[in-house]
Formats: sequence, structure tokens, C-alpha cells
Amino acid sequence: MTSARIFFIGGLMSYRALFGWMNPWIFVPSLLVSPVCQILLFAYIGRSAGVGTDEFYVIGNALNYAAIPCMFAMTFTIGGERFGQTLGLVLATPARRIPLFLGRSMPVIANGWFVAMFGVVVGSLLLDVDIPASAWPLMALVVAVGSLASTGLGLVMGAINLVYRDGATMGNVLFLVLLIFTGTNVALDDLPDWMAAVGRCLPLTHAIEATRMLADGATWGAVRGLVGTELVIGLVYLAVGLGAIRLFERLSRTGATLDRI
Amino acid sequence: MNRLRQQVVCFWLQLKILLFSPFEGFLAVVFPLMFATAALLVYQVNGDPAAMLYAGIGAAAMGIWTSQTVSATTLVQRERRAGTLELVVAAPTPFSLVLLPITFAMATIGLYSVVATILWDRWLFDIALHVANWPLFVLSILMATVTIALFGFLLSVTAVRYRTSWALGAALEYPGWLLCGFVVPLDLLPAVLRPLSWALAPTWAVEGMRAAAAGESPWSDLAICGAVGLVYAALAAWLGVRLITAARRDATLALT
Repeated sequence: MTSARIFFIGGLMSYRALFGWMNPWIFVPSLLVSPVCQILLFAYIGRSAGVGTDEFYVIGNALNYAAIPCMFAMTFTIGGERFGQTLGLVLATPARRIPLFLGRSMPVIANGWFVAMFGVVVGSLLLDVDIPASAWPLMALVVAVGSLASTGLGLVMGAINLVYRDGATMGNVLFLVLLIFTGTNVALDDLPDWMAAVGRCLPLTHAIEATRMLADGATWGAVRGLVGTELVIGLVYLAVGLGAIRLFERLSRTGATLDRI
Repeated sequence: MNRLRQQVVCFWLQLKILLFSPFEGFLAVVFPLMFATAALLVYQVNGDPAAMLYAGIGAAAMGIWTSQTVSATTLVQRERRAGTLELVVAAPTPFSLVLLPITFAMATIGLYSVVATILWDRWLFDIALHVANWPLFVLSILMATVTIALFGFLLSVTAVRYRTSWALGAALEYPGWLLCGFVVPLDLLPAVLRPLSWALAPTWAVEGMRAAAAGESPWSDLAICGAVGLVYAALAAWLGVRLITAARRDATLALT
């Protein structure tokens, strides 16, 4: 019961307290305007190059942008506590780490899902992309799985943030890696083999591919494997993140580096 | 003479600070470089050499824009967080003359990004820049640098009372890359957006770069670019005095 309370109440409180994303002055420009602008940028690059369709870029970039709230939120779960000088208190509590940190990831996954879906809807409206109504429910499900996988990577970053203080730079670099390697703007078949191989180990790659297939009329059976792979990748990153938090927590206690900013 | 010394010292000091900052130094180069890579990967699918050269020239200048957006909008906020804003505002040197060399230092980071992107394009995509007139091409890049610095000056002044100005700066990144025609021809954009493109000085600088590369005269583009940049400077200087005076009068400088 205590773990459930930490998971739900602690997660929600942490989300609202740490990120201030209920503030529209941050939320609107960074999580609603920017993804739409990224979609438009690459859709026009695609038109200029004569490569891909508008739908290809709308889905790729909308899902790619889900990585921003997912990764940064989890990173700043640690960094924000440090900045607020509460990290030591959080880690000194006897609360179990799994509900403590997974609880913080739940609102983040929901937020990432909303940002990605907003990008798909608004991008489709602006660029006149026609996605069949029957595809939307399954697309929403796949986007949620992609958000979960991105949040898993974010948890790994949060763990690293225990020993490396510049989470903003690290988050941006990883976002760029996802932009290039996950088939966001260039299909994996058109990327060099080594880049495609790296992309297949990253979150979002399979979710983007599955969402594109659904938008083109594919059935659940056709994308089930991709969604399953995305889910497994996300769970592996979550497990690695939780393990890394435990490891780096111990290292930061040993080196007395917990509150170094 | 004192003014010149203040400008040079401030520029050099800020440049050193930026170069040591992972976020404003390293990332200001890597972020546009990776977006340029993503754009060039799209162009590479069809492998049209002319299109690659077109995108390669524009992609080179993307970093100058990036060097200003987030950094310039958060400039005042950084001083505020460091507890030095009141000191800077109260100093006998006009506030605008403090901000100006800082934005030029940021634009210099963007200049480094130009060189890095040109080399990156060459090594990774085998894009050899065929430039008919190198002196005018370099002049166009410098004009882009100076006018984007002036745009950053305007941004930093405008955001003086905007607590979360970094979000505004981040949101300006993609629209700037799109509207200035760095990697997309302006003809492709909806007609309603054209006036916005014309009001952005880098649009003209990038046109100048392409004209110089093609052996055409870039002078008319550069003249417009310079004129738009001067408008930014005049507007920023005017706004700077009024916004700072208002902030001091209302005791809102600290935004606490």
C-alpha cells in the first residue's frame, strides 16, 4: 500500500513540483509549438528533396519529439531534486526505489504520449495528411509504447545524472542521436547498415515504423511484432535505468558527490 | 576609447565563458550540425548533387542562428540568476552596450559552427563547396553573423521580463531555420509566410551566400541584410532603454 502511494501520489507531486510544466509559458512553446515546427521543417525539406510523403515526416517527427519530455523529465527528476537540495532527503528515505522512480515516470509517459499525439494531429491538419479514422486508436496505443520506451532511456539518463551534472547537454545529445538513427526522417532502409543497426537498439525506432504502417492501413497483426519489440526495448532500458540508479546512488554516497552542482 | 575597450573586454570575456560551457559552446555547434546532418541525409536519398550543394551551403549557416536563439533569450536571465543583473543595469555603461558584445560573442560561436559544418559536409557527405567568389561568400557569412547577433541583441532585450525566456528561444529555433531558407527554398513556403522571411536578416545573408557561390552579385541581398540588421539594432536600443526603465520603476528587474 505504501509503495502504491509512493508510486501514484509521489509521482504526481514530483512531476508538478519539479518541472513546472503546468506553466503554459513553458509548456506551450517548448512542447506544443516546437514539435509542430520540427514537423513542418522536415516536411518541407522532404518536399524540397522530393523524398517521402508529408505523412512520413509528420509521424516520424511527432514521435521523435516525444523523446524530449520523456528523457528530460526523467533526467530532471534527479537534477531538479539536486537543485532543490532535496536529493539527499529522497535517497535517505527507506522508500523502495522501484515505486519511487517508476511512479515519477508515469506522468512523464502520459505527457510524452500527449505531446506526440498533439504533433500527429496538428501536423496532419496543417499539411493536409489523411489518416483513416480506424487507425487512430491503435496509433495512440503504439505511441504510448514509444513514450514508455523513451522514458526508459530517460531513466538511464536520470541515473547518469547522479554522477554527471549537465543533464541538459546530455539530453540534447541523446535527442539528436534519436533524430538521426531512429528513422525519423530517413527510412532505415535508406540509412547505412551500421546506422540502421544502431537505430534498431534505440527506443522509438519500431514505434515510428509501426505507426507509419498503421496510418497506411496496416492491421494490428502486421505491426504486433514491431510493437512487442519496442515494448521489450523500453522495459530493458527501464531495468537498466533502475539498476544504474542503484549503482550510481552507491557511488555518489561513497564519493560524497550527491549534492555537487 | 573607453567604450571600445569595454566592448572588446566584454566580448572576449564572454567568448571564453561560452567556450567553456557545454550547453552554450559544445551544444551550440553540435545541435545545428546534427540537424544539418538529418537534412542532408534526406537530400542524399535522391542523391542530386545540385540539391546537396544547395542544402550544404544553407546548412553551414544554421549554427549561427542556433547560437543566438536560446542563448540570447536567456542572457538576461543568466545575469539575474548569477545576481549580477542589478549591478550591470546600475553601471554607468548603457545596458545595451553590455548586451551587444555578449551577443557578438555568441555569434562567434556560430561562426565556428559554420566552419565545422562545412568540414563535416565535406567528410561525411562528400559535398565540395563550389564557390565562384570566395571573398563575397565569406563576406555574406560575416553579414549573417553580424545581423544574427543584432537579432540576438533584440531578443535579449525583449525577453528582459520574461521569466521562462529559454522556452521562447527554443521555440524560435526551427521557425528560423525554415523561414530563413537555410535548407528549404523560400518558394516552397506558403505565400503568407514570405513577409516573415523577408523581415529576417539571415534570409538575405543566405541568399547572398548562394549568389556568391554561383558567381552572381550578392550586393543587393547584403545591402538589404545590413539594413534589416540596423533596424534590429535601433529597435533593441530603443526598447532596451524603455524596458529597463520600466523594470526599475516597477521594481520588477529581479522578477522575484
